[in-house]
Amino acid sequence: MTPATSAPPTACPRLNGHFRLQFETAQDAWVLLYPEGMIRLNPSAGEILRRCDGSRDIPAIVAELEALFDTRGLDHDVRAFLDMAGTQRWITLS
Amino acid sequence: MTATSSPPTAQADPANRPGPPLWLLAEVTYRCPLHCAFCYNPTDFARTTPADELDTDGWLRVLHQARALGSVQCGFSGGEPLMRDDLEILVAEAHKLGYYTNLLTSGVGLSPARAEALKAAGLDHIQLSFQDTTRELNDFLSHTRTFDLKQQVAGSIKEMGWPMVMNCVIHRLNIDHIDKIIEMALALGAEYLELANSQYYAWALLNRDQLMPSRAQLERAERITKEYRQKLGDRLRIFFVVPDYYEIRPKKCMNGWGNVFLTVTPDGTALPCHTARMLPGLDFPNVRDHSVQAIWYESEGFNRYRGTDWMHDSCKTCPDREKDLGGCRCQAWMLAGDPSAPDPVCDKSPAHHLVQDAVARANQPGALAARPLIFRDPKASRALSEQAASSSAPARPAGTTA
Ligand code: SF4
Ligand code: SF4
Repeated sequence: MTPATSAPPTACPRLNGHFRLQFETAQDAWVLLYPEGMIRLNPSAGEILRRCDGSRDIPAIVAELEALFDTRGLDHDVRAFLDMAGTQRWITLS
Repeated sequence: MTATSSPPTAQADPANRPGPPLWLLAEVTYRCPLHCAFCYNPTDFARTTPADELDTDGWLRVLHQARALGSVQCGFSGGEPLMRDDLEILVAEAHKLGYYTNLLTSGVGLSPARAEALKAAGLDHIQLSFQDTTRELNDFLSHTRTFDLKQQVAGSIKEMGWPMVMNCVIHRLNIDHIDKIIEMALALGAEYLELANSQYYAWALLNRDQLMPSRAQLERAERITKEYRQKLGDRLRIFFVVPDYYEIRPKKCMNGWGNVFLTVTPDGTALPCHTARMLPGLDFPNVRDHSVQAIWYESEGFNRYRGTDWMHDSCKTCPDREKDLGGCRCQAWMLAGDPSAPDPVCDKSPAHHLVQDAVARANQPGALAARPLIFRDPKASRALSEQAASSSAPARPAGTTA
């Protein structure tokens, strides 16, 4: 199977230092804050991004998400999201 | 600063209660060492003296109350916010409360020591403006000392690890140098550059005929900007904003009245937009007398133009009414003399000819008005306040009739 992302399999995604991720009670959602802007994340996007701290590689993130949502086969979706997040410069892969 | 960056969208709840004021703009002072002819501060700003400014505790209260409602972005602006020597205290508190903190500054007063103190306070982002581009450009091209100041400030921003976001107000008198402005931003290490045409409010309205570019100027500037975008790619992201007078549909002003934006002026007056104070018949509440919650959800000033109920029939029956919410209330008042009218930028507005006339004037050959620019300073402001006191009509540029 071809992985959905161009990221090397051992890459550890890390949130771009110019962005801030936090849970907002008023919106009941994780939000991503950046200069003069905000993106409201859906629950799975929030759960993926909060794990992008440079300490976990992609398989570890996938495994945690699968455990959290009690499901399997999230690899493709997680990688697709991380790919998009990389293009948007929300994260870097190191 | 300018309010052109795309704003976040609010989540209004089903009961039609507006979402929280996600964006808090703290205009901490009208004091400013500069005198920009396109300044967005009200022309009567000098009525607010330094003694009228909210004190540190007053601002801290606003920060707490707005954050409790759900504000997430906090902009410190002015005037020149660095004129407040308690800025570091306010930024530190905002950061601690969980705001993303933005400082909108010309850089005058940002010494390396203050940059360090602001970084320590948790400041997330600085938007550095070119204000007097003519002089800055001359200095840049001739390598003179004053340009060193900008370079030093840009150096501090880099050193502190802030993103390098620069903003330049574009107008008739500097738009032909757009390539040099982009080069200057590059030389300073900018990562984002906003080239926003001045919007015709306040001082920029008084100077509209001198500031509005011709169509040929705009097209050339857009073409050059596009070429730079292609050449530079990700190295520098460039945003170009045309004056809305050249459009036929209005902007969704502030992303909707009382929808996401809350501005607090230096004296504590709360506004849905930094220019809204000009509107007649509205008494905007002050944070000294009311909580931010009461102001946002209950005040007449914030509820007046929410949604679509207040609209004239021309907007109410229009298929685009949700798209632009009738445009800008201030522009409707300034140009059509009625704050509930459609924004005259809209070609369905009965007052659209006023916008067309201004554009036509800007496109006459050799059209640059002979009248000198009126620069924003306290003396000019006091003179304008006196004039305004003796008339109840909106302030209009010279030679315009409704
Ligand atoms: S004079 Fe210029 S720098 Fe000062 S507040 Fe106005 S626009 Fe900003
Ligand atoms: S008529 Fe009113 S609602 Fe329709 S496009 Fe014009 S300003 Fe917008």
